[in-house]
Amino acid sequence: MTTTAKPALSLGPVYFLWDGPKWRDFYFRIADEAPVEHVTLGETVCSKRQHFSEPHVAEVVERLEAAGKRVTLSTLAMVTLERESRHVRDLIRDSVHPVEANDLSAIGLLKGRQHSIGPLVNVYNAATARVLAARGAENICLPPELPASSILRILEDMPGFSFEIFAFGRMPLAISARCAHARSKGLTKDNCQFICGEEPDGLPLRTLDRQSFLVLNGVQTLSNSCAMLGDDLAPLVEAGLSRIRLSPQDCDMVRVAEVFRAMLDGEMAGEEAIAHLQQVYPGIPFSNGFLHAREGAAWVARGRAASLGHV
Amino acid sequence: MELICPAGTPAAFREAVEAGADAVYCGFRDETNARNFPGLNFSREEMRQSIALARSRRVSTFVALNTFMRAGDEALWYRAADDAVVADADALILADFGLMAYVAEKYPEQRLHVSVQASASNPDAIRFLVEAFGAKRVVLPRVLTVQDIARLTRGIDCEVEVFAFGGLCVMAEGRCSLSSYATGKSPNMNGVCSPASHVRYRQDGADLVSELGDYTINRFGPGEASGYPTLCKGRFEIGDVEGYAFEDPVSLDVIDEIDALRRAGVTALKIEGRQRGKAYVAEVVSSMKRALQAEPAERAALVARLRMMSEGQRTTTGAYDKRWR
Repeated sequence: MTTTAKPALSLGPVYFLWDGPKWRDFYFRIADEAPVEHVTLGETVCSKRQHFSEPHVAEVVERLEAAGKRVTLSTLAMVTLERESRHVRDLIRDSVHPVEANDLSAIGLLKGRQHSIGPLVNVYNAATARVLAARGAENICLPPELPASSILRILEDMPGFSFEIFAFGRMPLAISARCAHARSKGLTKDNCQFICGEEPDGLPLRTLDRQSFLVLNGVQTLSNSCAMLGDDLAPLVEAGLSRIRLSPQDCDMVRVAEVFRAMLDGEMAGEEAIAHLQQVYPGIPFSNGFLHAREGAAWVARGRAASLGHV
Repeated sequence: MELICPAGTPAAFREAVEAGADAVYCGFRDETNARNFPGLNFSREEMRQSIALARSRRVSTFVALNTFMRAGDEALWYRAADDAVVADADALILADFGLMAYVAEKYPEQRLHVSVQASASNPDAIRFLVEAFGAKRVVLPRVLTVQDIARLTRGIDCEVEVFAFGGLCVMAEGRCSLSSYATGKSPNMNGVCSPASHVRYRQDGADLVSELGDYTINRFGPGEASGYPTLCKGRFEIGDVEGYAFEDPVSLDVIDEIDALRRAGVTALKIEGRQRGKAYVAEVVSSMKRALQAEPAERAALVARLRMMSEGQRTTTGAYDKRWR
């Protein structure tokens, strides 16, 4: 008889600018209550924000570890300034924790060290995953854009390696040198007054026909819809997927983790999980189109999911 | 500085060579390159002939294989790399680590350039690409100021190429899934952005509405010039304010920065536009060539005409100027 190991739940870094106490209290509650095994944390989107969370990192890490969580530190998604390069170098040099690489500089500096690859690095195939694994990567969170056919093929080509997929949260779609968030409020990146802190769950951008479309988060653009992989996960888990990533939104992430845990443990059906999560994160459409090789904003209902392996 | 010129067809390739290109970049007619548009690009035979023509004129050819390999179909990209090497390409422009590893291992003598799609934006990133794959040149993402570039070139043992004229990505290249979020097709996976197959124009009263997939990208009033609905150059609503949320429909033009880029240690200037016609290529290449050789004071007149050919007839220096951020 073959049994499939249950995948671990992993909490990705908070992409949004939350003030220090809000950020700290979020992780304290995750430590105390959320059934997640892995927590990746640290400013990932904009180096200007680092001073908000940094004073609280030590106490947050301590609390998470005391609760048995495995902590990984995230690096910046885009590194252009000398100050940012120095920050990545210092983090990698000084960290006693595994580090998650989100850009090429971190990949280079982490050679030979225990590390993870974040979903903002372009891993579209096993050939690339092998290059990264040979340098010391032990876990790779695949980009949200990947269809199930690619994920299954990568899992098949690298059996036993730890892969993770982005299963809940607004999807990171783009990053720019320019801060559209600050610009929308008449400011520029260099004089932004941390205005993105006004929208802890992203600033909605709608089309001229009032369709919800995207949200701005500083220099990052995310989907308006929230990725939600429910029953879709089953064939991937069967194929050996190791971790399921939940990306923090400004909602009850403890409850989100509980629902995913129950679903993965077979105690809650996918449909029921979706109904629960629609209450936890109300008013936000769910999407799973990327997984089904469709437009990322699409929602493919369960009836269609039966054809998952054939997309 | 070298002038690196686009060619989407053998005819445009010849024009670029005639007009004074130092190198021409182009791709095969499939999804292995990031301008995978209908009617564009080169068959194997056309590539071989074009490279031979360029060689006879002492012009280099760079073959762009700058999409990311689809899992399970890697052979398509490997074969394209093999064929580009056999056709005697001077360099391969690559974005995917798996493909870089393949080329570095199988063809250690082959010159490897890193595509802008790989998003190498700092010295440590470039050192990684040199160390891991023997990269000889990196095309920088359009996220850096001229000052950033000067700092970067001092710290690396690798040539640097930058975009100087043509289409402008507002987002860091190779790290944008906006197009596939709306259409299912992306630059990284399919070699297309905001593809024409998903574009629709419809009349709504007096307005012309442009759509990409299910989304309205712009709305043009009577008499307003309309444009192609490239997602990041669209008009949207934030709060109660309508406007170009990411960037106006402008294109990149850094001709005024030529001397600063030279001083910053840039090896080559790149012109975007493999999707443009041969007349455009001829005009832009010859004007840029003259601008590169001219005294700064003479440049403005040389390029005034060029600016009229730009998208929306308006240009920007983009991220090269800190104030753009």
